[in-house]
Amino acid sequence: MTTSLTSAASGSGTPTAPRTPGAAPEARTRTDARADGGTRTRTAKRRKRPPHTPLNPRPSVPLTLVTGLVLVYTLLPLAWLVINATKDQNGLLDSFGLWFAEDSHFWDNIGRTLSYDDGVFVRWLLNTLLYVVAGAGGATVLAVLGGYALATYDFPGRRAVFAVVLGAVAVPGTALAVPTFLMFSNMGLTNTPWAVIIPSLISPFGLYLMWVFAAESVPTELLEAARIDGSGELRTFFTIALPLLMPGTVTVLLFSMVATWNNYFLPLIMIKDPDWYPLTLGLNAWNAQAQTAGGEAVFDLIITGSLLTIVPIVAVFLLLQRYWQSGLAAGSVKE
Amino acid sequence: MRTHITRRLLGALAVVSTLALTATACGSDASDGGGDSGPKDVAAALEKGGKVTVWAWEPTLKKVAEDFEKKYPKVDVELVNAGTGDKQYTALQNAMAAGSGAPDVAQVEYYALGQFTIGKSVEDLASYGAQKYGTTFTSGPWNAVTEDKAVYALPMDSGPMAFFYNKKVFDKHGIKVPTTWDEYVEAARALHKADPKIFITNDTGDAGATTSLIWQAGGRPYRTDGTDVTIDFGDEGTRKYTATWQKLLDEKLVAPISSWSDAWYKGLADGSLATLSIGAWMPANLTSGVASASGDWRVAPLPQWTKGDKTSAENGGSSLAVPKAAKNKELAYAFTEFATTGAGASARVTAGAFPATRADLESKAFLDTAFPYFGGQQANRIFAESARNVGEDWSYLPYQVYANSIFNDTVGKAYVSPTTLTDGLKQWQEAGVTYGNDQGFTVNK
Amino acid sequence: MPHVLFTPVLTLTTVSAPTPLHTLLPHSTPRLRTRSVTDARNPAMTLLSTRATAAPPPRPRARFRLRKEALVGWGFAGPFVAVFGLVFLAPIGYALYLSLFQDRLIGGTSFVGLDNYGKALTDPRFWEGLTRVGLFLLIQVPVMLGVALLVALAIDSGRLYGRTFFRVSIFLPYAVPAVVASLIWGFMYGTRFGLVGNVNDAFGISLPDPLSPSLVLAAIGNIVTWEFVGYNMLIFYAALKVVPRSLYEAAAIDGAGEWRVVTSIKLPAIRSALVIATIFSIIGSFQLFNEPSILQKLAPNAITSDFTPNLYTYSLSFSGQQHNYAATVAIVMGVLTAIIAYAVQLRGMRKG
Repeated sequence: MTTSLTSAASGSGTPTAPRTPGAAPEARTRTDARADGGTRTRTAKRRKRPPHTPLNPRPSVPLTLVTGLVLVYTLLPLAWLVINATKDQNGLLDSFGLWFAEDSHFWDNIGRTLSYDDGVFVRWLLNTLLYVVAGAGGATVLAVLGGYALATYDFPGRRAVFAVVLGAVAVPGTALAVPTFLMFSNMGLTNTPWAVIIPSLISPFGLYLMWVFAAESVPTELLEAARIDGSGELRTFFTIALPLLMPGTVTVLLFSMVATWNNYFLPLIMIKDPDWYPLTLGLNAWNAQAQTAGGEAVFDLIITGSLLTIVPIVAVFLLLQRYWQSGLAAGSVKE
Repeated sequence: MRTHITRRLLGALAVVSTLALTATACGSDASDGGGDSGPKDVAAALEKGGKVTVWAWEPTLKKVAEDFEKKYPKVDVELVNAGTGDKQYTALQNAMAAGSGAPDVAQVEYYALGQFTIGKSVEDLASYGAQKYGTTFTSGPWNAVTEDKAVYALPMDSGPMAFFYNKKVFDKHGIKVPTTWDEYVEAARALHKADPKIFITNDTGDAGATTSLIWQAGGRPYRTDGTDVTIDFGDEGTRKYTATWQKLLDEKLVAPISSWSDAWYKGLADGSLATLSIGAWMPANLTSGVASASGDWRVAPLPQWTKGDKTSAENGGSSLAVPKAAKNKELAYAFTEFATTGAGASARVTAGAFPATRADLESKAFLDTAFPYFGGQQANRIFAESARNVGEDWSYLPYQVYANSIFNDTVGKAYVSPTTLTDGLKQWQEAGVTYGNDQGFTVNK
Repeated sequence: MPHVLFTPVLTLTTVSAPTPLHTLLPHSTPRLRTRSVTDARNPAMTLLSTRATAAPPPRPRARFRLRKEALVGWGFAGPFVAVFGLVFLAPIGYALYLSLFQDRLIGGTSFVGLDNYGKALTDPRFWEGLTRVGLFLLIQVPVMLGVALLVALAIDSGRLYGRTFFRVSIFLPYAVPAVVASLIWGFMYGTRFGLVGNVNDAFGISLPDPLSPSLVLAAIGNIVTWEFVGYNMLIFYAALKVVPRSLYEAAAIDGAGEWRVVTSIKLPAIRSALVIATIFSIIGSFQLFNEPSILQKLAPNAITSDFTPNLYTYSLSFSGQQHNYAATVAIVMGVLTAIIAYAVQLRGMRKG
């Protein structure tokens, strides 16, 4: 993996490369002069500190504090969610939002959330898992294949593909919902898992990401060498390209998973049978239940359910994140 | 790139148009096939058995479906909560347009039924003998589901309005239960003055509540005769309503909290929202959603626009209809009949639904029921009295679902800007006229 | 719908970043650097370019004939293209078809040609919504992307304590479904019992209601920012990670300060991420739907049924049964979005 950039760089030049040498010296002189003037005083101060390298600078307290404000902003609502998942219906109504009520109902809430209405929450959880595995998994496969093709082969219509993808994405999905629904209905797909899975298979951003990633990390020379050795295109893809594409693949998988896990509007239109609801739709149904005659208000279950909905995706993200991060680093930092 | 997109889209368009045309054709095929069948077919169908899909959100239907299956073991009832209110109507409309996936029975609120009858997309149940139930149901709901001789649905429940008030709060501040809307305004002032945190009620603009109060005040803004529709929010009843309600808004006497939100439930629980003027189905929601205030609340008749009157109105309530696109209409009718009349209806009343059937409304057991939540009060007596006094001849628009969806765009301005209720209603009227004309109705103001 | 997996990204500031590319780069760091900086950029340019300038790198083609290449290329891209055709192009085509008709409750369906388009272009409800999302785009997107970029730069600078914690925590909200996020913020916005109410009680002050008509757009902007700031941060951060560290060494040797490194190396290097992200953000903003639609229950008078063009089409189609007109509005919206995205892309590239 670490060889990818170097070998690629030694290969055919990029169109912009020739431009650089001509423009460079002049530009550099200019910048150098400015940079020197601008940084002199700071450099002088820094001398007193232990030496550091640009790659390994000293942590800064002020910068950490300022960035910490953003951290507080992002974590506050999550803290609210966790705190309020410990309250029962009465506690929710009576106590201060950002602090715990007198007695904790956390485990009780979780138990009730999982068992409410014959354990329908668990069913929704399993549905969501199905949609994520099939939808996000499939989306990743399609994006990897497509991105690889766009980056590696010069086939007619190549450029048009992305233009069309971008153009199509610009049309608001809410209004396409009815045509899509009517089409799917005619194919007998509505109210089945397919109605959620098939549209989830397309991730335009995933395609873009894989395209860029494949262009960067799969050197043409390697593929060419494999061809000369008589390797078929598929075999070349699986044995040579795919391993190189892994970090990008994990990234696309991660984002597709989040998108599928959080999918709301599509199932809202396609699925009418609560037995096939994903979690987001189920939670919304619980929310709507408080608004009907004879319905039971279950805000406590909605809050606990929301927390339970977030936990798995966060966990998966954290697990994949480490892998993804190392992959990214491997792809970028050379020895 | 643009040319590319265009060319490609045109190509795709050609393919898809063909597909679409086929789709439309299929759609009309499927939805056109309707047939008449009499009561005999129903008995035969029950004998034969089959599956009935029911789209409804009404919780008490669960038990009824089980009972029905027990009584007719060959029939399998699939009860699906396909969304609440307009979400379900959308699904229903979509399924009808697509020509597949429509249920055999659907719950439709009274205000929304017109949308389905005007397009003839629900069965006329008169052909199954539903006319005989003319005296079974109370007049408000029955009027709502019938048109001349046609019966488009059977009433499932009803929502005669009553006045729910927090007695503890009223007693604490020495407020008398208002019997007229003028007294209501006085009570609102007194309560809010005694404790600025207390509001007589909440209101952020609710089409259902507003039309119900106009109904009670004698206003009849909508008239429908076939495709001729009249919308007029200038009549005397409407003016009575706006005059009173404008005072409440101007003096900021109603809390800007949306009904059914968590803040609303909180307000009902802690006494800061002191009253509700709402349908008789409310006790079930209070009992489960505002359990902590049990014992605080009481029920009284709705305040009157003229002292000494007893007029009431309906607020909410729904029916069961059989879509034209249903696969098994005989079974669908059998279930509808079972769930809305006789033992099925009684079972649902026991489970907490508010009846639309006279027999249940007049039964001693029903009237004598003491509500622990209301301090042992026999609240059903008040509800039943209200059901008897619902103002006559009210009708909704055949496109009330859409009209209600833009209520807050227009009348809502009166709640958040200097626009008056009268002006807001006028805008609502204009928008309704425009929409109706666009849809091929002849709309008069 | 799944298409817009990602809402707003991107700093408009970067698109118009004043420093030309490569000013600092030259000799000190050889091929390696040139390769990754330009190449990170190159694919995007290739994808997005209509001009011939950014042609793909020439590839040796010994024994690999053109026709076969086309076949294999389509073979790999085929599955994506096929599914894409089914879930995007076919419905779009159907929508175009629908837009030429009018379906009435009374009188049925009739062909009306381009009448629906004429109606849409003069529909004040549509234009009001469009103006609103335009305003949203101009304010919320730069704020969110600015913050995202600053955090990404801060983490990338290596000068934070606990940078992994920062990176992970700030990204977390992205994992929260829009339904849940709007629900949480909706609870917190409450002026009576919510967090705003709590603060009012605790300090004896009276904060304005975030869900009042004058503030509701900002309140929605806050939710969207909260949901996506971490996501954008991560995109920028990932792009920054790909910048070879040797560039920074070279800059240090040249005596460039940190800010200088940021403006001259880092920002230009992540330009392609910025441009593509801007485009996706524009699309996301113009399609604003989930958050206002869920908050509508709490603020029915502030969030009207035509609050954004997307809510308007939803209301037309789902409450009003005006599928044909809704399809028309959606197409007009899609064309406008595409034009603006295209303009931004051209501008972003010209500056490069």
